[in-house]
Amino acid sequence: MNGACHCQTCALAGGPGRPAGKPTIVAIVGPPNSGKSTLFNRLTGLRQKVANYPGVTVEQRVGKTRVAHGHEITLVDLPGIYSLTPGSEDERIAHDVLTGRMPGMPKPDAVLIVLDANLLSRHLMVAAPVLALGLPSMVVLNMADELSERAGQVDVEALSEHLGAPVALISAAKGEGLGPVLEFLDGKLHAAAPRLDRALLNDIPRCRLWAQHVGSQTWKPPSPPVWTQRLDRIFLHPRAGPLVFLAVVVAVFQTIFLGARPLMDAVQALVDVSGAWMASEIPGEALRSLVVDGIWAGVGSVVVFLPQILLLFLFIGILEDSGYLARAALIADRTMARVGLQGKSFIPLISAYACAVPAILATRTIENRRDRIATILIAPLMTCSARLPVYTLVIAAFIPERALLGPLLGTRAAALLCLYALGFLAAVATAGLLKSAILKSERTPFVLELPPYRRPTLRSLGLRLYDRARVFLTRVGTIILAVSILLWALANLPLEDGARPPIERSYAGRLGRAVEPLIEPLGFNWKIGIGLITSLAAREVIVSTLGTIYGLEGDAASVSLQEAVRRDLSPAGGLALLVFFAFAMQCISTIAVVRRETGSWKWPAVQFLYMGTLAYAGAWITYRIAGLLGS
Amino acid sequence: MLQLVFSTSAAREARSKASGVRTLADLAEGEAGILAELDLPEEAARRLMVLGFLPGNRIEAGPSAPGGDPRIYRVDGAEIALRAETAACLKLASDDQDAHR
Repeated sequence: MNGACHCQTCALAGGPGRPAGKPTIVAIVGPPNSGKSTLFNRLTGLRQKVANYPGVTVEQRVGKTRVAHGHEITLVDLPGIYSLTPGSEDERIAHDVLTGRMPGMPKPDAVLIVLDANLLSRHLMVAAPVLALGLPSMVVLNMADELSERAGQVDVEALSEHLGAPVALISAAKGEGLGPVLEFLDGKLHAAAPRLDRALLNDIPRCRLWAQHVGSQTWKPPSPPVWTQRLDRIFLHPRAGPLVFLAVVVAVFQTIFLGARPLMDAVQALVDVSGAWMASEIPGEALRSLVVDGIWAGVGSVVVFLPQILLLFLFIGILEDSGYLARAALIADRTMARVGLQGKSFIPLISAYACAVPAILATRTIENRRDRIATILIAPLMTCSARLPVYTLVIAAFIPERALLGPLLGTRAAALLCLYALGFLAAVATAGLLKSAILKSERTPFVLELPPYRRPTLRSLGLRLYDRARVFLTRVGTIILAVSILLWALANLPLEDGARPPIERSYAGRLGRAVEPLIEPLGFNWKIGIGLITSLAAREVIVSTLGTIYGLEGDAASVSLQEAVRRDLSPAGGLALLVFFAFAMQCISTIAVVRRETGSWKWPAVQFLYMGTLAYAGAWITYRIAGLLGS
Repeated sequence: MLQLVFSTSAAREARSKASGVRTLADLAEGEAGILAELDLPEEAARRLMVLGFLPGNRIEAGPSAPGGDPRIYRVDGAEIALRAETAACLKLASDDQDAHR
């Protein structure tokens, strides 16, 4: 059944292995959930970066690893694929990179094919077409620890014989069995000729028969994942399932709000102490004002939110790595279907809680273009982490902390939860509108593979947090720093008799005054107006802007930012501000990524106007109602 | 035996009305059946086949989401969720001698 070595194939492949050459670019390929990225992280550690492929915004993760004698290798982590037939965007990328057709990306000299050892015969169907490409390849069977726990076995040598490629059995999560992989990367394990019948490749049933045959000769399948089945009995239970879902969500919010407090206070104290130190050390009034009132007040007021954002990413990481997120998508599918979307849209939408940009990139797993555009359009309505600083500041300013459900849920966490729900409902309602009017489409089959539950590793969570902290601090060091300096200049000019003008008469003040008539119906004054203008760059900039403005007013030393906001806004105006931020699309990065992903300015323009209208109308209604209730 | 049949939706409706063929959607949790035919457009069928939904393969129904839809199916050791509307297009062989475990 399995093809013997066809000499023709060997000739096409350039012979058995490359003569003595050590690989320098190695691609990592495999099906989703096989642990490619875990292996990639294990091999590269912190020496990795995420970039986009030229022309398309599919993320490309590239990292470096050093094997013996300082020989350095570039590793490329390809997206997870089920086949090499270019059906989805991911499969096309993997195919193009492996065949050297990706512009700006040299053809890899070697390939690590990562398969889940627990699903060997299934995953061999993915290995077959990759092996047939003829590049020096190693088949890496991952999750060896799980295989032995579940009493499965694999004969590595026999498998290697069948495939004509070296095989390693490893646990990427635990870092076990990596020796042969490093030897392969060092060019020491030469690949024999791939023993594959090319006729298999375009014939799925035959390919599966081959995979089953090889599997049956070399592999004892593990027992079913008992724990996964047990946990699913709870998490997918008709009544308990949705309750657990709700409990998880509530716990996350309560922890984000209360658990982050001590850490945030600590960062705040650091910012205050260093600011005071700089104020006493820096000579010259103008320079001191720029550094202390402009930069430090602005940047410092946003840096404070780092612990909270990391905590949110920690939870998202745990939910994703443990496998619960896929179950959540399953539970949500019926709701999503009601508005014409599918469960697959749910995963991008959940990751939009972190940031809309990766969420919009994640929509590429949706095959149907209209479904994909609908998901892209609603993703920025989900509450991203950039809104968190604004929400936290305003909620803390206006909502007193009281227990709602004993110690389980406080009023502030509940308010935050309501804002997240508001964003979600707006997203779902918008999707319903889009799908029933302009983006009608036939329903595509919903197919979702559920990985077994796994314990998230500290290493993988740590890398995620490191990555996020870097992204956040880069934003602080670029966009927020630049806006803070610009704003400081606008707030200090034009000079009146050689001195700084009162802030109302500065350029920034005049700008705020100019938009005041427009935003007065929402209960906002001109200072908030300045913040709304600067926050077009990024939402959290409003916090740094207010920090700078109040800093220049000379209040920052005596009262906290929170206190200053409370003095400046009515409670009704505060609520309106929250609603405004829930809906408005104030993010240059999102606009740029939507432009690239949809290929025209049409969709980002529609999205910006739609969300802006929604924000204005929502804030106006909130201000009126809250005013009537006299809250 | 492994011949695949792709048919139009009109033919599909006519046939499913005429014959009471069991489909994947008829399986209760824990029940299994042998897949006979994927009554889906070619691209959709290909995607499912890559995942193991191939004629002749044994497929076991697992738990469903609260509300009964979508349902998890076990194929070759993996768990894959399908909506009922898709599962209803995957027909089972009639002589399913080992349908019950």
